[in-house]
Amino acid sequence: MLDVQHLRKLYAGRPVVDDVSFSVARGECFGLLGPNGAGKTTTLRCCLGLTEPDGGTIRLAGLPVPAEAREARYRVGVVPQFDNLDPDFTVTENLVIYASYFGIPAREARSRAPQLLEYAGLGDRGGAKIDDLSGGMKRRLTLARALVNDPDVLFLDEPTTGLDPQARHLIWDALRRLAKQGKTLILTTHFMDEAERLCDRLCVMDTGHIIAVDTPRRLIESLIEPVVLEVNGDDVGAWAEAHARPLVDRLEISGETAFCYTRSPDAVLQALLARPDLRVLRRAANLEDVFIKLTGRDIRD
Amino acid sequence: MTELAASAVATRRESPLRCLHLVHRNFLVWRKLMLTSLIGNLAEPLIYLVGLGYGIGALVGSIDGRPYITFLASGMICYSTMNSASFEALYSAFARLKIQRTWEGILHAPMTTDDIVLGEWLWAGCKALFSGSAILLVMYLFGIVHGIAPIAVLPVALLVGLSFAGIALVMTALAKSYDFFTYYFVLVVTPMTFLSGIYFPLKQLPEIAQTAAWLLPLAHAASLARGLTLGDPMPWPMLSVAVLLAYGIVGVTLAAWLVRRRLSR
Repeated sequence: MLDVQHLRKLYAGRPVVDDVSFSVARGECFGLLGPNGAGKTTTLRCCLGLTEPDGGTIRLAGLPVPAEAREARYRVGVVPQFDNLDPDFTVTENLVIYASYFGIPAREARSRAPQLLEYAGLGDRGGAKIDDLSGGMKRRLTLARALVNDPDVLFLDEPTTGLDPQARHLIWDALRRLAKQGKTLILTTHFMDEAERLCDRLCVMDTGHIIAVDTPRRLIESLIEPVVLEVNGDDVGAWAEAHARPLVDRLEISGETAFCYTRSPDAVLQALLARPDLRVLRRAANLEDVFIKLTGRDIRD
Repeated sequence: MTELAASAVATRRESPLRCLHLVHRNFLVWRKLMLTSLIGNLAEPLIYLVGLGYGIGALVGSIDGRPYITFLASGMICYSTMNSASFEALYSAFARLKIQRTWEGILHAPMTTDDIVLGEWLWAGCKALFSGSAILLVMYLFGIVHGIAPIAVLPVALLVGLSFAGIALVMTALAKSYDFFTYYFVLVVTPMTFLSGIYFPLKQLPEIAQTAAWLLPLAHAASLARGLTLGDPMPWPMLSVAVLLAYGIVGVTLAAWLVRRRLSR
C-alpha cells in the first residue's frame, strides 16, 4: 500500500528526513514513533505528496508520489494533527462538502453521512455546529471525514494528542475496527501505549533517521532488559553507582530516580533492603523504555 | 458506535474544473449569511450615495452637466466591486489559509494548490459581481440609469473583481497576519481611489498623475463603468479590458506560485 525508499528531505540545507525506507502492507497498522522533530510529520507529508522530497522514491496505493499524488489521494484518508474542520458548516455539511472535493455528489454523500456519524459516535449530532463540539468529538468527526471517500489507506498524524483518556479510547476503538475491516493505517504518535496497543509494526525515528522497525513486542524483547526497577529518593545517584551498578545490566540516573534495567532483579532488591528510605517500583519493561533507550532522555523542543 | 458497512463510494465525477468545488463551498457559506451580505451590499453604496452624493453634490453642483450623484454612482460600482473582491481574497481567503486551515484540509483531498487559488479567484469575482449588481439596482431605483443598456456593466464588475482578486491573492500568499493587509489598503488601495476618477474626474489631476492613473486598474475600471452606465466616451475600451485582465491573470498566476511554495514546505 505504501512503499518508501531512501526518502530524504532537507530544510534550509539540513536533512530533517534522511534515508528513510519502510514498507506498509495492505491491512497493516504501521506506527511512526519518535520525539518532536524526529521527522514523522515531514515523512507523512512527503507520502501524501504535499511536500516534494529531495531524494528517494515513494509509491502510495500503487502510484508514484509526488508525480501522481493527487490521483493517489482518491484512495487515501487523512486525519491531520490539528483540526481543520470547516467552522462555517454543520457536522453533516462538513462531510458532504469534504466529499465534494473527491467529486462525490452531494446526494450520495448525504445518504452516507448518517452511517459515518454513527460510526464516529456522533449519530445525533449531524446538525450541530463545529464550535459546539468537544475536542474528542471534533477528532471523531475528522476521522469520519477522512472516511467519506471510503479510502484504502488512512494517515493519522498524532490522532489522540490533546484528548482525555475516554476520548482516546473511543478513537482507538474506532481505529481497531477499521484495521479489522482491512484498512491500512499509518499513524504517527509519541504515546507509547497508543503505539503498543494499535500498531502491528513500529518504526522508531529520531533526528530524521529510522532507528528500529519491528513489532512492538519484538522491539521490547530484543532491545531492552525485561525488568525495570525504578528507585528514587535522596542521594539515589550515589547509592546506585556504588551498589546497583555491578548488579544490573544497565543503569540510568535521571534526577532523583535510578532506572535499573536487568534480567534478574533479585540481587538489587536484596541490596535495597539496607536502604528502607528509598522507594522502589518493580515493573516489566515497556515500549517507553525502548524509546528512551533509543532516543535518549533529553527534552526535544 | 456501530460497524461501518463496507459500502464503496458508488459515484465519482471527476470535474475538469476542480476549482469549482471551492467556489461551490464558498457559495454555500455565503448563502448561509446571504441576507446580511446582501443588506451590506446595498447599504454601503446607499450610504455613500446619499452621504457624499447629496452632501458634496450640493457644494459641487454638477459635473459635465449632470448631478454629482450620477457621476459618483458610476464610480461607486468600481469602488464597491474592487472592495468586495479585495476583502474576500484578503481577509476571508487568509482565514481559510491560516486561521481555519480550510485549505490544508482541501489539500488532503485530490485537490491542488492551483485548484484552490483559482477557485478563490473566481469566487472573489462572483462577490464583486454581487455587489456590482446591488449598486446597479440602487442606480435604477434612484433613476440614475435607464433602459437595458447599463446591464452591460455587470461583466465589467466581474472583470474588476477578478483583477483586484488577483492582486489581493498575491498579498494573501505573502501575508503573515491580517496586519499586512492594512498596509495594502492604506498604501495601495486608498491612494488609487483618489487617482482613478472615482470621487472626482481624472482631468482634475495634474498631467503626470493622469498618466500614472492609466497604469492602474481602477482608472480603466472607472472609464468602462462610466461609458457603459452613462454613455460617456471611453478612450480605450479594449485596452481597459486588457489592463484589467492582465492584472487579474498575472496576479492569480503569481499567487498560485506563491501559495504552492508556501504550502509545500
